[in-house]
Parts: sequence; structure tokens; C-alpha cells
Amino acid sequence: MSSNLINKEPMSKATPAKQQTALSQEKNIGWSREQMAQRCAQDIEDSSYVNLGIGIPEKVAQYVPEGREVIYHTENGLLGMGNAPTEEELDPDLINAGKKPVTAIAGASYFHHGDSFAMIRGNHIDVCVLGAMQVSEKGDLANWSTGAADAIPAVGGAMDLVAGVKTIYIITQHTTKTGAAKILPECTFPLTGKGVVNRIYSDLCVIDVTKKGLVLTELAPNISFDYVQARTGVTLLNAIQ
Amino acid sequence: MINKIVASCAAAVADIKDGDTVMIGGFGEAGSPIELIHALIDHGASNLTVINNNTGSGRVGLAALIENGQVAKMICSYPRTANSLVFPELYRTGKIELELVPQGTLAERIRAGGAGIPAFYTKTSVGTPLAVGKELRNFDGDDYVMERGLKADFALLKAKQADRYGNLVFNKTARNFAPIMATAATRTLVQSNAIVELGDIDPEHVVTPGIFVNSIIEVAQPQQESTLVKAGVTYP
Repeated sequence: MSSNLINKEPMSKATPAKQQTALSQEKNIGWSREQMAQRCAQDIEDSSYVNLGIGIPEKVAQYVPEGREVIYHTENGLLGMGNAPTEEELDPDLINAGKKPVTAIAGASYFHHGDSFAMIRGNHIDVCVLGAMQVSEKGDLANWSTGAADAIPAVGGAMDLVAGVKTIYIITQHTTKTGAAKILPECTFPLTGKGVVNRIYSDLCVIDVTKKGLVLTELAPNISFDYVQARTGVTLLNAIQ
Repeated sequence: MINKIVASCAAAVADIKDGDTVMIGGFGEAGSPIELIHALIDHGASNLTVINNNTGSGRVGLAALIENGQVAKMICSYPRTANSLVFPELYRTGKIELELVPQGTLAERIRAGGAGIPAFYTKTSVGTPLAVGKELRNFDGDDYVMERGLKADFALLKAKQADRYGNLVFNKTARNFAPIMATAATRTLVQSNAIVELGDIDPEHVVTPGIFVNSIIEVAQPQQESTLVKAGVTYP
């Protein structure tokens, strides 16, 4: 990486929230939810063991390029999760972590929660794809609670996944619905894990979390670096030249 | 002679006392021992601490036990799910206590409790609000948080097959917490879709060895939580 990227003028810390409301994103530009999942799927390597979070991350399975054999883990006790069942295949005892009915592929295995989380916490799962409320410059992730007083806190397996899985990919809209930055110097919501995120796939770009900072490696079609920077709470390093 | 078969769910839960800690198997409805839970509602023991991944759905099973005012505290990882009506209301009005535990930490705490391990260290939750007030220790350059093993007075579980020694086989992802909960409770009560002869379960295929099980009840046609919820059924 060239040094001029690192020496860019840092954004004033005071700017993000207000300015970004004004800068809120135009509709129908950048990648769609499907396209974000598709882009992420390109980075899932052959022979990996993968855990997909609930929501957009689940869609990644549909787009892994042909010829790659990937085994999906669901933390409620199945390695080798298959597609959604047909009416005849449906079994309420065969569900995924989102409690939706699934199927098991040939070569699948069932196991109890202790073993399932030994796979996660013992660094045996290669990749986990999750959603985010906020991601910090250092790769801290907040995705389980806004910290609001009346919210019912619920964490599930997210803290175990980010602590134990080798590579953590995040798929997220680049900003909130009101246009506020989700990529920030520090997360303001309660953390799921510290320094755990490796790569972010947003609707605008792909960002790698590195020791030097957040490095933008790819832009969605018709999106400029400056457009992304204006909607990001921290100074990005531009690896596209 | 060893015979762990009990005639009814009511007889199986009869010794549960007010103030007991009860582990209940299941992840959502998969593996939820709904007939045993309903027997516990009929039995009426109160001020219970219940350990389950969730808090039930609709107004049957675990949700009904909570709605019936028998649960003082829930230890779980994900207390709200689709159709979870009862717990949120009680929690918001301060009528039930919640100990929120990351799912893997919950599983490991139960596993540890059942294996005689009083505490262990894990990376999960380090740097988050769920590690606040807990002992931190650095091993090989990384921080870990100390978590305590969990035990219970009773475990209520559901299996697919059982024999009179208490050997168990489960069905697909309905296995989830059951094998570890069986190890961590003083008395483990299991409703099983079928009771088979000794030797019918290949020893290589036994998932939970009978030593961890105290009572077996045959419930050949268990009710399905989602079907009851869809039909608007309430219990009792």
C-alpha cells in the first residue's frame, strides 16, 4: 500500500451523524441485498466450513460459485445443511439457527450443542458471515443490541461465532435507514466482539479491516471513493488506483 | 433390576420442588418436551429457575409455564423469537429475571457442570457488556473471561428412542441441548417417542448413555408446539 493513502486528512470526528443525514443515499444505486450476498459468496473458498447468520448472510449459500464444495454449519447441531425442504421433506425437528426448516445433505452429521460450539469456539469453522449494526475502525462489531432500556436483550450464538471462527465477513447496508454511518471510529452500541471483523461487504463497496486501518478494495458499479468516504465515519484507505 | 420407565409425565415431575432449577431441552420447538412441561404446569411447583435457549412461543409449553407464574428466572441466550408473547411482557414489567448467556457459553457451562468442572475460561464475550464483573485472565497473549459451570435439580428432555436403562437416541436437530443437560441435572426426566428393548439400540449409536438418565416416559405422539401455536391453543 502506498504511503499517501495512509496520510490522507482524517475526517473530523464531529461530522458523521449530521452530515450523513444530509448525504443520505439515493435509492437504487450500489449493490442490492442479493448482489451483496453474491459478492461475498465469491470469497468463500472451496472445501470451507461455513456458518451463515440470519438474514442477508443466509443468501450467500445460493451464490457460491459452481465447483466449490462448501459445508454449512448451523449452531443448533447440524453440519451439512441443505436447501429448504419440500412439503414432504418438512420436519419440525430439522431446523436451522433461525428456526426455519432445512434439509441435511448426504454426508451430514448431527451433534449436541456442546460439540457444535466446540466447532465454533475451537477455531474449526473457517468462515462466518454476519450482519452488523455498527463496525469500528479496529474491526469491533456491534450486532446484537442497541442498548435501549426497553429492549429485550438477546445474543444467541453471535459472541461465540466472532470469538472463535477464523474469518468473519460482514454484510451490511453502508449506512442506517436515516443515512447515519454504521462504520465508525468506535461502536456506540454494546459490542459483540472486539477486533473480530475481517471484511465488510456493503451495498457500496468491499472494505478490508487491516492493522493500518480500513482499506477499500472494491467499489460497486457507478460508486466513487468519495461517495463512500462521505458516508463512512472513519477515513478509508483507497486500494483502488 | 434397573427399570427407569415411569408410567406418566405427572409421576415423573412429582418431586420437583418450589425454588428448584430446571433445565429444559429444546431449541425453539425442536426437542421441546412439551408433555413434561405441561405436567410441570399441572404439578404447580413455583419460583423455578429455568435454563433453556429460548423462552417458548405462543401460550403452550415453556411459554405457558412462564405465563403460569412458575418461573422466577430464565437463563437463556435468545429470549425473544417469533411468536414469543409471554416473556417480553413479564420482563418489561419486571416480573421475571433474565440471565443472558451467549449460546456457546450456555452450552459449555452446562457441559462443564455435568463434568464436575466448576468454572472455565473462554474468549466469548470478552470486551462486551456480558463480561462485566467477571474475572478476566490472559493466556498466551489473549484475554479470556471466567464462566461458571451450571447444574440443575432436574432436566426435562425429549428423545426419539429410549430403553429401560435410559440409553437415548434423538431426532435430528431436536438433539441440541439434551445430551449435555442430561449430564448436568441431579435427576434427568426424558419423554421418548418410543421405548425399545435393551439391545435394540446399537451401543455404537447410543447418544446419551443411560447413566445420565433417571426416568423415561413414553409419549408416542407428542404434540408439536408450532401446530398448537398456529391453532391458538393455550395451556392449561
